[in-house]
Amino acid sequence: MENYFELKLKSISENEKFARNTVAGFLVPLDPTLSEIDDIKTAVSEAVTNCIVHGYEDVENGEIIIKVGIDGKRATITIIDNGVGIKDIEKALVPFYTTKPDSDRSGMGFTLMQSFMDEFEVYSEENKGTTIVMTKIIGNEGVHD
Amino acid sequence: MNIKTAKVGSNLIISLNGELDESVADFTRKNIDKFILSERFENVIFDMNGLSFMDSTGIGVLLGRYKLIKKLGGVAMIKGSNKQIDRVLTMSGIYTIMEKIS
Repeated sequence: MENYFELKLKSISENEKFARNTVAGFLVPLDPTLSEIDDIKTAVSEAVTNCIVHGYEDVENGEIIIKVGIDGKRATITIIDNGVGIKDIEKALVPFYTTKPDSDRSGMGFTLMQSFMDEFEVYSEENKGTTIVMTKIIGNEGVHD
Repeated sequence: MNIKTAKVGSNLIISLNGELDESVADFTRKNIDKFILSERFENVIFDMNGLSFMDSTGIGVLLGRYKLIKKLGGVAMIKGSNKQIDRVLTMSGIYTIMEKIS
């Protein structure tokens, strides 16, 4: 099956639940396991949180674009913001690294996205924004059931 | 997010109900701290049975509470996480500082 959708959201944390549930709901026709649904919801939640907490921290009326493409068993999720961008991507990917150690942030967002998805890429440019592309092969786990 | 608490002897049980993400993080932090600071507790147990989803924002919330509880001389523990939450907690290494109890 081939399919896609695109969604533009106001950058507020109240939209996180809608974002992760919408992406997960769109992928239901691929017959994902509960654990695959959980992985996708967690990864989407992490990426959208990053847009809100980091990308658009000091920006009002920021917009987050979420694109989901289905190609056979491959689900590709792209999450885009036009926020401040990431200064040092290598550092940002290190587990527990956070630019906000004083505000109870875990520094685990990217680590969870990488662990829960099959492929993960981050593109970022300072003052232009950040794009996350993540892929999950649905049904990977079923092979071992 | 709905937070319920129960005092059992010198222990405090904090039950979290709903989904823990950025949208409720501040509310959750403030309310939990109010209970933690209300008395001296020996153990503070976070009961996650009613929590259906948590992302890394939740790890941050728990780590912050852990530091506060420790500072006050108490011990923080976690019980009853579903599979999704358990994976997030395991990956974050939080069980090395907050014991997982059943």
